[in-house]
Amino acid sequence: MTIAPDTPTPRSPEERIARSVLDARPEHSADSPLSVHAMTVAYHRKPVLWDVDFDAPPSSLITIVGPNGAGKSTFIKACLGLVARASGRVEFWGRPYEEVRARIGYVPQRESVDWDFPVSALDVVAMGRYRRIGWFRRVSRAHKRAAMECLDRVGMSALAHRQISQLSGGQQQRVFLARALAQESDLYFMDEPFAGVDAATERAIVEVLRTLREEGKCVICVHHDLETAREYFDHAVLLNMRVVASGPVDDVLTHENLHRTYGGRLTLLAEASEAVARAARGEGS
Amino acid sequence: MSPALHEFLRLDLMAMLAGTLAALTCGLLGNFLVLRKLSLMGDAISHAVLPGLVAGFMITGARTSLPMFVGAAIAGLVTVLLVEVIRRLGRVEPGAAMGVSFSILFALGVVLIERAASHVDLDADCVLNGQMETIFWNPPADWGAFFTTETFFGEAGVPRQVWTLLVMFGVACAFVGLLFKELRIAAFDPELATTQGIHAGAMHVGLMVVVASATVASFEAVGSILVIAMLICPAAIARLLTDRLSSQIWVSLIAALTTGVVGYLAGARWAVHLGMPRSLDAAGMMTIVAGALLVLAIAFSPSHGLVARSRRRRRLARTVLLDDLIGALYRAREAGHDTIAPEALTETLHGHSRVTRGAAMARARGLIQAGKESLALTDAGITAGARVIRRHRLWEGYLVDRAGFRPDHVHDPAELLEHLDEPGVETPAPTIDPHGREIPGPDAAD
Repeated sequence: MTIAPDTPTPRSPEERIARSVLDARPEHSADSPLSVHAMTVAYHRKPVLWDVDFDAPPSSLITIVGPNGAGKSTFIKACLGLVARASGRVEFWGRPYEEVRARIGYVPQRESVDWDFPVSALDVVAMGRYRRIGWFRRVSRAHKRAAMECLDRVGMSALAHRQISQLSGGQQQRVFLARALAQESDLYFMDEPFAGVDAATERAIVEVLRTLREEGKCVICVHHDLETAREYFDHAVLLNMRVVASGPVDDVLTHENLHRTYGGRLTLLAEASEAVARAARGEGS
Repeated sequence: MSPALHEFLRLDLMAMLAGTLAALTCGLLGNFLVLRKLSLMGDAISHAVLPGLVAGFMITGARTSLPMFVGAAIAGLVTVLLVEVIRRLGRVEPGAAMGVSFSILFALGVVLIERAASHVDLDADCVLNGQMETIFWNPPADWGAFFTTETFFGEAGVPRQVWTLLVMFGVACAFVGLLFKELRIAAFDPELATTQGIHAGAMHVGLMVVVASATVASFEAVGSILVIAMLICPAAIARLLTDRLSSQIWVSLIAALTTGVVGYLAGARWAVHLGMPRSLDAAGMMTIVAGALLVLAIAFSPSHGLVARSRRRRRLARTVLLDDLIGALYRAREAGHDTIAPEALTETLHGHSRVTRGAAMARARGLIQAGKESLALTDAGITAGARVIRRHRLWEGYLVDRAGFRPDHVHDPAELLEHLDEPGVETPAPTIDPHGREIPGPDAAD
């Protein structure tokens, strides 16, 4: 993998001015679990994320919302160094990723792995502890026990020794969540943990997210459902190549912002969700 | 020592050992190729090392030298990198990238051989088929002089190919043994591996280096065709028989060992006894044995095998037939017919022979009393029938209430669903189905 230089040389005067404006932005706080500064990511010269700035408030559940192709997964992967950044800076608690790797957990999309792979649910959860275990060592009994406890937290300990292909989609997602818990991180990135899961799993995931927040941890989740986003999360980032809006979930997920994010394509969705939100507020008053 | 044993040691043992070690080494590493869906990579590397071999050969002019091995290993790595570059720049699937890379490199090797043919002694044939039969040993004929350094390490001692393969097998074992956990996570979830500091790309290159070395070490002895078979077959066999990576690796080693020993003996020894005019190519026989083992695994694997699948299908078919028969008799009973003639069920059960078969099964299980002209449910049969009908009618209710079906469209889907568990319904469960019929209770007719 090639790592692009942090700040490419500005070519035109306009660019140079723009760059100096960007550089003049205030420093990010060291309290923030994640500070993204002027991050741009491109696949084959086509920009996917453009000049993204974001500061995650500590101990919060944050959702990243946006249309398909808005760069939500790319945002996570670029933060974790899984795709190269064209420019920009990402810091965790004011430090670079390499120094704090062990404090950051990741739940990729469920479809990103081969579920026919010959491992048990417990094996997969134990993978979350490989960094702790270290190179060349075997997975010790203590680590297996810790993995088992994580499976228990998502209600899956009875299925620990099943091969993963024999689990339902929701159960597989819970295994992934247990693996993230096994990482014992302070900041979690989750890519669509709610995609295609049953109601029981959705409740289990929400339960786990809330526990994590109570423990003072921060979770950043790509999420598709605007309705439940309001209910499950504290903060929202509306993303469509750029950050359209970010802040407390009720301030961000407004009709106007959603319209700006989803454009004309999904006006109906935005209006429908706004209507539901109004109805919900009406009920509350 | 007997002359027969001495002959075996002299002619066969080392060749068999070389073949078996090659099979074990490739079989072990093949597990990770098969898991990463890179089975073709073995094919690619084993063909693409040809130009490296020839280049090493042309530089030194000798066929048994280290430069040849190094040249081949470099060519193997070039293949891996070329595949990666073509895949990324050409944006094609890995299979296409591998196919393109190895055919180009193999062609280059053939051209090089043609160019160099005037002053070197090398042909593409021995790259494909190997020269297992030329691996001899010359141990002393009596045990007294057997255990000496000369016997094993001397001029006529254990041949170089066998030493090379032994070292290579050791390297492969150490690689997989030490990095088992890292190889597993890099194959299963490369992104998580990378975020944990186990760089999946680097693991991939490391694996490919070992595969390339194993390929080169193996095929002077056994030829590239056997190498390809050994990289894929033992792992594929083991994959069908196990569902844990660790047990898969052990099973693949057993399969490789069996392939090596049985394949060699079948080719070199048994072929003559079986009436062949002369012994057969041992590398070829080993490949055939590997293929035969794979066919057996496909047929008899306990979970994925054809036999197991067909047995599961037959068991399901029996359950369906029995449910249908008992259900039909229960319905007749509801309508006031305690006994019913077998002919009356012909249409419901789709055929007279199915009625006969279902009745025989139900009688064997004590669910019906069957005379020549009439069938009647026993008490146990009434309980079983009530359970079938309960499931059927609960499903009908579910399809109407939850899935929005019209009441006159739910019988056929419920006919399929009744063989499964009850649907999840609210409590108390409904007692009347969409057609107004009573739903038997959960402990009906007890």
